[in-house]
Amino acid sequence: MFAEVTLSLLEGFLVTLKLFVLTLVFALPLGLLISFGSMSKLKVINVPINFLIWIVRGTPLLLQLLIIYYGPGIIMKNNIWGAGDGGRFIAALVAFVINYACYFSVIYRGGIQSIPVGQYEAGEVLGMTRGQIFRKIVLLQVIKRIVPPISNEIITLVKDTSLARVIAVYEVIWAGQAYIKSAGIIWPLFYTGAFYLIFSALLTWLFHYIEKRLSYFQ
Amino acid sequence: MALLEVQNIQKSFGDTEVLKDISFSMEKGQALSIIGSSGSGKTTLLRCLNFLERPDRGIIKIRDEVLFDGEKKRKESEAETRKKRLHFGLVFQSFNLFPQYTALENVMLAPKLNADAAGKKADTGEIEARASELLEQMGLSNRKDNYPHQLSGGQQQRVAIARALALQPDILCFDEPTSALDPELTGEVLRVIRELADNHTTMIIVTHEMKFAHDVADQVIFMDNGVILEKGTPDDVFEHPTHDRTKQFLAGYSNAQ
Repeated sequence: MFAEVTLSLLEGFLVTLKLFVLTLVFALPLGLLISFGSMSKLKVINVPINFLIWIVRGTPLLLQLLIIYYGPGIIMKNNIWGAGDGGRFIAALVAFVINYACYFSVIYRGGIQSIPVGQYEAGEVLGMTRGQIFRKIVLLQVIKRIVPPISNEIITLVKDTSLARVIAVYEVIWAGQAYIKSAGIIWPLFYTGAFYLIFSALLTWLFHYIEKRLSYFQ
Repeated sequence: MALLEVQNIQKSFGDTEVLKDISFSMEKGQALSIIGSSGSGKTTLLRCLNFLERPDRGIIKIRDEVLFDGEKKRKESEAETRKKRLHFGLVFQSFNLFPQYTALENVMLAPKLNADAAGKKADTGEIEARASELLEQMGLSNRKDNYPHQLSGGQQQRVAIARALALQPDILCFDEPTSALDPELTGEVLRVIRELADNHTTMIIVTHEMKFAHDVADQVIFMDNGVILEKGTPDDVFEHPTHDRTKQFLAGYSNAQ
């Protein structure tokens, strides 16, 4: 029984992992673009971008999932996501990517803006190009500063993936919960917690390692 | 021909006119001290020379080559500005060392990148040798593999001086190099600057260390409220000031001694 439950939950957790990895692949770079937009001197760029960030950070991810999945269908009288699992997964991915990109963008902006202007000026008086200043001086300092808050968001993402079930994406908690109806047992549901715990322990160890590698300077 | 000629520099930030009409010149091998109270425009003047600020009006010439002319409204490329910046070096009050590089790497970074930007292959061995030599000159040979956070303020500033010297600028500028240091550490930095002056390094030093400004400089400028009130030898400015404001300023310092 235990082995069967474990395998079934692993199947669901694979979906969780897919959602997790793909969200990061798209949201981490998109967040950087959005952060540049939010810092832009052009009002035609920074006003809409900051408005977007406000909306996305100011409403529940749960609500955003529902709006992104059902919204286009209501407006265009046609479910653009298609009827199958694939479409629903993509809809969930879109919602997660937009949501996390906005949160990442604020973290990036904080990191970039917290670099003392003296670092830029020292690079300038030494005749460095803007590109060299960013790549050789600023970038590593920004990375060191943003690892703790980014790691926070990433560990939260692992758990947030469970929200995808509200648009019927079959992930690990649903897999666990299904046993209540099918076999009348509830412990598989609690067992899903173990998957999350082990995975977030791995992530925590990874971020700790990264922070340690960056601790050679202050 | 003077090495540096500065004519009628004017600079405002919004409504505030920080530099009103600044003119002076310098010969090669000279040390120029700029003294004055906070807000007099000394730092802004240095920043204009290093192209960290753009004057609104005026002319800056190195060896009769016009580097800046306020009349020319053409916006120049970054590459052009970069080339002009290399005539000057700047040592900041707050050091601004790059924290992720060792002392040696801090000194080597700009020469390497400048070679890359010019499309030449950087001779790392030669750059490293010269950087080691500079750090030795600063008395920091045993510290070259330390990171800035492992160094005292005085050591950091000396690395900053070596870093500026690595590019062999025509004129080395110091913006209150010891103002962020406690009295114990100030001495070691002033010693290094004095040695550079003794070796005829052309330099401009903005400082509050009056005795040092008097002892080291060939020329002294006293600035107040965006204008040069006194200009001359240390004796002229310190012993025989002509303006009341200068006398008032200097009196304030001797009272503190």
